[in-house]
Amino acid sequence: MTNAAVSDVPMVHADRVSKSFGSNEVLKSISLTVTQGEVMCLVGPSGSGKSTFLRCINHLERVDAGRLSVDGVLVGYEERGDKLYELKPREAARQRRDIGMVFQRFNLFPHMTALENIIEAPIRVNKLKKDAAIAHGRELLARVGLADKADAYPAHLSGGQQQRVAIARALAMEPKLMLFDEPTSALDPELVGEVLDVMKGLAESGMTMIVVTHEMGFAKEVADQLVFMDGGVVVESGDPDEVLGNPQHQRTRAFLSKVL
Amino acid sequence: MSDSGRSATPASVSPDGADQAEAIRAIRLRHPWRNVVAVILVAMLALFIVDASQREAYGWENFGKFVFDRRISQAAGYTLLLTVYSMIIAIILGVTLAVMRLSDNPVVKGIAWLYLWVFRGTPVYVQLVFWGLFATIYSTIDLGIPFTEPWLSIDTNDLISVFWLAVVGLALNESAYMAEIVRAGILSVDKGQDEAATALGMSWLQTMTRVVIPQAMRIIIPPTGNEVISMLKTTSLVTAIPFSLELYGRSRDISVVIFDPIPLLLVASAWYLLFTSILMVGQYFLEKRFSRGVGQARPEKPGTETGAVTLKTGVVPTPGAASDAGTATDPAAGTGTTTDPTGKEHQ
Repeated sequence: MTNAAVSDVPMVHADRVSKSFGSNEVLKSISLTVTQGEVMCLVGPSGSGKSTFLRCINHLERVDAGRLSVDGVLVGYEERGDKLYELKPREAARQRRDIGMVFQRFNLFPHMTALENIIEAPIRVNKLKKDAAIAHGRELLARVGLADKADAYPAHLSGGQQQRVAIARALAMEPKLMLFDEPTSALDPELVGEVLDVMKGLAESGMTMIVVTHEMGFAKEVADQLVFMDGGVVVESGDPDEVLGNPQHQRTRAFLSKVL
Repeated sequence: MSDSGRSATPASVSPDGADQAEAIRAIRLRHPWRNVVAVILVAMLALFIVDASQREAYGWENFGKFVFDRRISQAAGYTLLLTVYSMIIAIILGVTLAVMRLSDNPVVKGIAWLYLWVFRGTPVYVQLVFWGLFATIYSTIDLGIPFTEPWLSIDTNDLISVFWLAVVGLALNESAYMAEIVRAGILSVDKGQDEAATALGMSWLQTMTRVVIPQAMRIIIPPTGNEVISMLKTTSLVTAIPFSLELYGRSRDISVVIFDPIPLLLVASAWYLLFTSILMVGQYFLEKRFSRGVGQARPEKPGTETGAVTLKTGVVPTPGAASDAGTATDPAAGTGTTTDPTGKEHQ
């Protein structure tokens, strides 16, 4: 699917996207583009709307204004004539299949083993045969360095191991886009590296990724595009070396001086 | 430890153990009053038992005669049937009501709330009397378009027996309580679980049946066990319908014939105790089964079975486990009493 689609259609295209929770405007006219195979890092203080933007991309949150599309397809709505129609749950679920998401708190299913976590959606959603799903699942576990943990329950894995299983679980659906919502923020410092390594490998394999993170080192090394958000707007974006090395905005400078 | 205060492992320094400090042999602290109270309690209990075994009114002869009476064991069967049937219906209805209460549709939500309000707000005995009068209130059940001549009209007494009226009466009351238990269970599951499943493209039904409900079971099972035990005892109220083939009704009928009520009360009590004891054992194993994978068994009283406790060490708290504490705050569901097998009475 991905091979055929290598074209000038951006993987994610946000055009003046806004989102409010009640009277609290969380996203104010965000415009961003992520091309195929690109890694974008979203940084900024908490409450700046990074996570909300990420959640809008796979329609866990509804966009209030503007247009957000993934691989050329509008997210959460269908445009017919000049009217927008809300998608049925089934259609929204179909869109989400192609988008993998990794959460800050891992959100592994605690009543399933690592392998069961990984094969659940391929079997239930993609109707994959069980042995095919298991074979693929073991492959993915090996890829994240946890081949020997297939039968372990999440509670018996360290935070870093849990997050790597979560990444494998998202990859099992063979997504064309991966979203990472602060994947290392809930980890002990010594466990951050193993998760970042897996993500680096993923980026090198050509996966399109959007990563909300506070790991500036990772952003600098892996990201093709760095976006600094604050107060629901994109303050600054561009090449990570540029943004980190020579921030143009006062707010960016103030933020970076605290985290670097 | 005498040679070096810095030694990290003094035991390894002297393998013969000569360096180890002497075990403490202190005079144990006495608790004289504790012993006095214990002796008094045991004495009172012994006195009661000896007295009861000789007391005429208990009629132990009749107790022995009727405790294995065929009529009584049949009645015990009816009690079990009433319990099982009404619990099955109550659980199905309870899950439905719980999902309705969690619905986004205000009408669906409101109707579920109204149901709970009525069935939890009136005594089950009164409800059962109402069910007994069902055929009086609705003498026929009509099928057809309202306010026109019905296509089909069935006599209510032909349609539903007294036994099934009892089952329905008990089940509808119980389903209101089950709904709150199930709702508390569903709410106890971390929201991230729902999100993770949704993000994987799973449908609402798949998310509920594969992810949410299995985790909610850990919260739902213990109070449901309490409800089964409670239901077993509540069946004695179906005499209000009146249905009297179950344990209590049958015992009373026999006692009226032999003019000796007390031994038959004891007979019924013995059977109830037998059943509740079996259920309590079953509940223990069910709870163990559903805490699988969580790595954190529910807190056990010190001194009891400790097999599950060893799992607690070195466990990373999962979102699901972390939210456990939150469920006890729902006062309606009574989930706070999960380890108390006596449960609540709602009669």
